[in-house]
Amino acid sequence: MDELLNDFIAETRDMAQALSGAIVAWEAEPQDRERFDEIFRFVHTVKGNCGFFDLPRLEQLSHAAEGALAEVRDGKRTADTALVNAVLAVIDRIGELVQALETGEATASEDDEQLIAALSGKPVAPAIAEPSAAPDGEAKKAIRSIRLSVDLLDRMMSAVSDAVLARNELARRLRDAPRDIAVEAAFERVSTCIAEIRDGITRTRMQRIDSLFSGLPRMVRDLAADLGKQVRLDVDGGDVELDREMIEMIRDPLTHIVRNAIDHGIEEPKDRTAAGKKAAGTLKVSARQTGNQILIEVADDGRGIDAEALVRSARAAGLLSAEQAERLSPAQKLALMFTPSLSTAEKVTAISGRGVGMDVVRANIERIGGVIDVESRPSQGVRLCIRVPLTLTIIPALTISAGGQVFAVPRSAIDEILRVGAIRIDSVGSAEVATVRGRRVPLVGLATLLGITANVADEDQRIVLLKPAGGEAYALAVDAVHDHEELVVKPAAPAVMAAGLYAGTTLADDGSPILLLDPSGIAKCAGISLAESELHQALGVAEEATESARETSLLLFRTLAGGRRAVPVMVVERIEDVPAEAIRFGAGKLRVAIGERILPLAGCEAAPAEGKLRILRLTDGRTELAYGFAEVIDIRSVAVDLHLAPAPGEVAGVTLIDGAQVELLDPHWLFAAHGDSGQQEERAQPVCALPEGDPWMEAMLRPLVESLGYRVVAAREGVAADILILSEESEGAGPVQAGQIVRLRSHPEEDEAGASIYRYDRAALIGALSRGAAKGKANG
Amino acid sequence: MAELLLIARLAGRRIAFPAAMVEAVVELEGVTPVPRAAPHVAGLAALRSRVLTVIDGLAALGLEGKGEVEARDAIVIPCDGHTYALIVEEVEDVIEADAPATRLSAPVGAGWARVATGTVEVGSELFLLVDPHALIAGPAANAA
Repeated sequence: MDELLNDFIAETRDMAQALSGAIVAWEAEPQDRERFDEIFRFVHTVKGNCGFFDLPRLEQLSHAAEGALAEVRDGKRTADTALVNAVLAVIDRIGELVQALETGEATASEDDEQLIAALSGKPVAPAIAEPSAAPDGEAKKAIRSIRLSVDLLDRMMSAVSDAVLARNELARRLRDAPRDIAVEAAFERVSTCIAEIRDGITRTRMQRIDSLFSGLPRMVRDLAADLGKQVRLDVDGGDVELDREMIEMIRDPLTHIVRNAIDHGIEEPKDRTAAGKKAAGTLKVSARQTGNQILIEVADDGRGIDAEALVRSARAAGLLSAEQAERLSPAQKLALMFTPSLSTAEKVTAISGRGVGMDVVRANIERIGGVIDVESRPSQGVRLCIRVPLTLTIIPALTISAGGQVFAVPRSAIDEILRVGAIRIDSVGSAEVATVRGRRVPLVGLATLLGITANVADEDQRIVLLKPAGGEAYALAVDAVHDHEELVVKPAAPAVMAAGLYAGTTLADDGSPILLLDPSGIAKCAGISLAESELHQALGVAEEATESARETSLLLFRTLAGGRRAVPVMVVERIEDVPAEAIRFGAGKLRVAIGERILPLAGCEAAPAEGKLRILRLTDGRTELAYGFAEVIDIRSVAVDLHLAPAPGEVAGVTLIDGAQVELLDPHWLFAAHGDSGQQEERAQPVCALPEGDPWMEAMLRPLVESLGYRVVAAREGVAADILILSEESEGAGPVQAGQIVRLRSHPEEDEAGASIYRYDRAALIGALSRGAAKGKANG
Repeated sequence: MAELLLIARLAGRRIAFPAAMVEAVVELEGVTPVPRAAPHVAGLAALRSRVLTVIDGLAALGLEGKGEVEARDAIVIPCDGHTYALIVEEVEDVIEADAPATRLSAPVGAGWARVATGTVEVGSELFLLVDPHALIAGPAANAA
């Protein structure tokens, strides 16, 4: 609300300033209609604006002044000197109050009633007190703001970009020239300055989302009035900042969603009362920042979306077969509202009311790299969630090349990067299909698609596995993969966009233009998006929301033999030094004693003669084993492109990290071969496995599970747990050995006779977990 | 004051652009092609930190002759928030028009009719006055 108030203050101040001339003129000639109108408008505007804020004094004053002036306008009164004086006093007071609002100080003058009485035209005691000395500079320090044109900001931004490019150019020249310490130091200073300016200007482009929300109260009021509904608007999180360009891009979709919610979501008062709800519906609009994303939520407490009606319409439109419709999950049914051809079907709007233009809303959100989710509970309301990146202009991207030309691909769409040798490629008719770890995806040759000649032989190409927002995954064959870069992306000219393949343009460090590829555009162009996958696109929304590059965090270390190996950080419990004496060969195995425990030891052939051995304590959640090694090299997060070992063993395969081959340990094999099966887990703590990379589970569920005394482990290969919690997206228990499986669903409706628990049904969750804990203890 | 005109040569013909619509005249080097874009889009070029969309003037007329794009004169034209570089054979001069432009009275030939807005007299010569925005839109705009 602060932003709004600032706008109001600035506007009122501007108007009052502009008015000062008119006031003087009117004072001299009270019959001057034009001046009179100007003053009337001012008072009227102030009164209108006050309605939005809780400013009773301003409202009273302006209301009184308006009343008096209206009488003059209607000819009921003449503008005599007393009235003119009274009105001017009120205007002065308004100015004072606004100033007080701005500085946050109290005004000295409190005699509003006297001013108002003076307006009434009745003789009053000399009331117009000397206006208190205008607060001077000192009092004004609270908020200092100026209004800038957006053009100016853009020009500054582009000038800074120029400066950065010039700096880069200079850096290149300096590298080629003979070294001069003094020049280099000066150059460094300039570099730092430029970076600072750039940072500052980037921040000036950020705007509070308030400017997006400020129009909502009025819109909601008008719409509700038109529709004969009562709506209470609840706006939250207006202080979240994001790129102003982004704000403009979200404006229309948000307006649309809010309109829909009032038009179709919230019922008429009588229907609401009949349904046992408050007559006034609530519409909650909120924004918050999560990581580098902004989350905007619009929730109403209306009738919800009739998912079955959507399915019926989709069936009627021939988009779904009866069989397909059967298989849809409730979330998928809801997602049908984003299907383009459905949105125009009048039947849908008549029945469920939703769907009008929602495909456009989704397309707009996706164009700026965002996603939209919908949740609905019948007769309880709809929650629409928009997630957008913080800024449009800087996009993390991967530069690649094809046919000698460099292109950029948004990193958000990249799943992983592979070598042609690492995957199987089959020709199916004229199309090629790549098989990546059992997953078949269409293969698109970028050079072929672009109609340019690839510079390298097919077998030397690299494969970029892409997963465009809301689309099917596919593999893109490129000549080479270069670098990860943060690119300042600008929209391309319409003639370039018309090709349907590009998302924008950017400049490389050397100042040459680079085209940013549009992964979904390429898919469309290559004919991957078939009619059916259009539908999949609509259905896929819910699941793709959390899709991100599949990178594994690896601990790189040097083995005792000097080789480079890596192990997933997840399985490493800690790193420790153990004395050589603690290591003994016994009962057919090397073991190390740590404290009160004896762990199997892998990674070395025999106990070192003396000194210390550094070990990795690996855990699978239940048992531990030690792995001797020489030193830690690094911890890296990489997309593992694994070349499998010919036979199962300690090493699962080889992958490339920083251009060097690294052997990846196979923790599963290690635990199978070395783990003490007889070793009793002395921990009484039950273990709960959660799917990896599910932010909801991690952030919301985990604390609850832990509070019930569970130790939480990631559901991954080789993990044994007392209880395994699965979301509806999880395919099954997979590699996890679990005593009990709890399935969660994200929608409140029961399905399949209570086979799953609604994820916010806390009581049921706690119940299931407590049972599991009891069992876990019994087993342990 | 009479209108300022930029005189250039395109497809062998001397034409005039309203100078007010022209931002600058540059010599292009290093044009990045845009595969699968419309034929009159010759590629992208950088002007300081801005990306220019390079338009091949010949192709924009719908005439043959899109060849190698080398260092050539280009006219920088802002249009709808984007900046374009229109490649012409030669940029000659900026001259003041003698008289306001007059409407076309005779057929001007294939391709030209779409982009020409009239004729204008400079010195004793009559030039075709060309709307650069129409050129940028390309031959496809004809159909619309």
